[in-house]
Amino acid sequence: MRWLLLKDLRILRRSPLMVALLVIYPIVIAVLIGFALSRGPDKPKVAFYSGLSVSASTIELGGHNLNLADEEGALFRDIDVVPVDSRAAVIEKVRDGEVLAGIVIPEDLASNLQSTLESGKLQVFYNTEDPAKQAYVENTIEAQVKAANAALTTRIAQEALDLLNLIGDGGVYHFLGQDFNVLGLKRAESILTDTRATLPAGSEKREQLGEVIDFTELARDNLSFSDEVLNVVGEPIKVSARSLDGGRTSLDDFAVALAASVSLMFITLQLAAGMLASEKEENAFPRLVRGLVSHTGLLAEKAGLAAVCSTAVCLLMLIGLGLFVDLEWSRFALWVVALAGGALAFAALGLAIGTLTREVRAASLLAFMLSLPLAFLALVPSGAVAPALYDVIRAVSAVFPFKPTLDALDAALNDAGGLGGAMLHLAALVLVFGALSRLALRRFAA
Amino acid sequence: METLTTTLAARDLVKRYGERLALRGVSLSAGRGELVAVIGPNGAGKTTLLSILAGIQRPDEGMISVEPERIGWVPQQASLYGKLTVEENLMLFARLERTPDPKATVERMLELTDLRNRSGDQVGTLSGGNRQRVNIAIGLLARPEVLLLDEPSTGLDPRQRERLWEFILRLAGEGTTVVYATHHIPEADRYADQLIVLADGERVFDGSPRELEQATGTTGLDFEQAFVEYLRQRGH
Repeated sequence: MRWLLLKDLRILRRSPLMVALLVIYPIVIAVLIGFALSRGPDKPKVAFYSGLSVSASTIELGGHNLNLADEEGALFRDIDVVPVDSRAAVIEKVRDGEVLAGIVIPEDLASNLQSTLESGKLQVFYNTEDPAKQAYVENTIEAQVKAANAALTTRIAQEALDLLNLIGDGGVYHFLGQDFNVLGLKRAESILTDTRATLPAGSEKREQLGEVIDFTELARDNLSFSDEVLNVVGEPIKVSARSLDGGRTSLDDFAVALAASVSLMFITLQLAAGMLASEKEENAFPRLVRGLVSHTGLLAEKAGLAAVCSTAVCLLMLIGLGLFVDLEWSRFALWVVALAGGALAFAALGLAIGTLTREVRAASLLAFMLSLPLAFLALVPSGAVAPALYDVIRAVSAVFPFKPTLDALDAALNDAGGLGGAMLHLAALVLVFGALSRLALRRFAA
Repeated sequence: METLTTTLAARDLVKRYGERLALRGVSLSAGRGELVAVIGPNGAGKTTLLSILAGIQRPDEGMISVEPERIGWVPQQASLYGKLTVEENLMLFARLERTPDPKATVERMLELTDLRNRSGDQVGTLSGGNRQRVNIAIGLLARPEVLLLDEPSTGLDPRQRERLWEFILRLAGEGTTVVYATHHIPEADRYADQLIVLADGERVFDGSPRELEQATGTTGLDFEQAFVEYLRQRGH
């Protein structure tokens, strides 16, 4: 088997174009998929006009100043802002297609907000040239406005709470540059209690004063609950997130695992299927299995060659990626284990393809045609399709090596857990596809 | 008929492909250095017979006297790696055959095939004739007692065919028993000591080329015409 392995390596060395394509193509595809997954669309261009003057952009809420201009940064984080100097200029840019949308902050936004009687209104204009980007702009602006609304609601609720505390405890209130002393229910109750003590027992005034004192006490007790109530008003729904299934891998880290899985799949499938089919195409198979090499030995040689080559290429790819992406080098041994497990499973599948097709070109074509759907199926998220269809997709993904390889690499690279389960899954697939290949090899010479 | 000098003997070989009988109890025997031609129409069972003798396929019935390891087999299509050189192909198979001294064996084969000056050329760049010589050389690496050749001259021009037969005759002269299947009837007439005619999987003649001519009972026919007449007389 050693001589057969050396022969195959020599043939590969003499096919530099094929080897270059085999290595470069999957890496390019993997990088493109990685970019597509980890990067959103480019920041859309949005024209912006603010009608707020410098002085009008600051509003006073309950004695505290809020600069609306400061809030613009958060609003435009995901947008490429094109500032213009009038509302008409915003509309013109949107109409001309220079921008996808325009935002106008009206002159009365600050006064409306400060009055707390009327909502502040933003005007948004859209260009429908690119539906995907339009949807992105709409969603982005809507999300940012909701975030700004939530922030303002919390601030206003806090101001209300301060006012209620002032009513309860008393203190100084600042308004329009002037200070006012507020007595507060606590001090009022104290004064009233002192006053009641000076009145004769059983007098009508004393009884009436007692009712007022009871009221102030009741009012203070209930005001003490107001902070909880106003906090709920400020943030009615709080999010408590907990992951029930899968790891906590970030999209960027997942993209690295995905890129490695795609490369591993392409290289291994093409090599295993192509090298086995070439034995038939060169008409060498009958001569080899005439006592020179066993059927199982031949399969093992092809699988080993494909797995070792693809593992080495993908390991180099990961090392290269590691120069640009933050990878956990301490887990290097696990990378090798996951890559080798995935490569062996893909090699077994490649052998099955090679024995079925018995021709190099057909084997390469089938391996190529099978690869992309397998990758896409494994990436379909739950909830994206009907539950029954999702079950079918999961079942299909489970009988091919891409999904378990992705899981194993995610676990190995990103500490996402479940490496053992994924490796067992891959081992089972090696056995199944290996057995299928061995059976199909019976008719290989025909 | 088997004798004390018989090198290869096969008896009552039967091969079925589903319902179809590819070989119907075919027997043959060949002595040391004998040249045996297997001829017959398309689908007669020539390749099936040779592949069973070579151990590529198992017969459903019958027996063969020689182990496949002692038989050299040269398939119709060259069984070579086009990206490897002549020498590398020979060396690979010499190692796989576990010959005691692969290097010396390859040297011997390069001498025998007259391909020493092409030993560094990739097989894919060789002419059909040279490729066939390498193909035969690989069949001879393990010094087999019997060499099976399936349509050895197919695709070769007359000059290449001539050189190929010179080579085969030299092997037979050195004691190798050669069994070859051919469509090229004059090659059977010219080179064979023994002729086996197959038709529909059945052996319909076993004898010398002259005996086949006599068996037709006609005169004035060349050998190819005599062969066709023989088959016609027996309803094939």
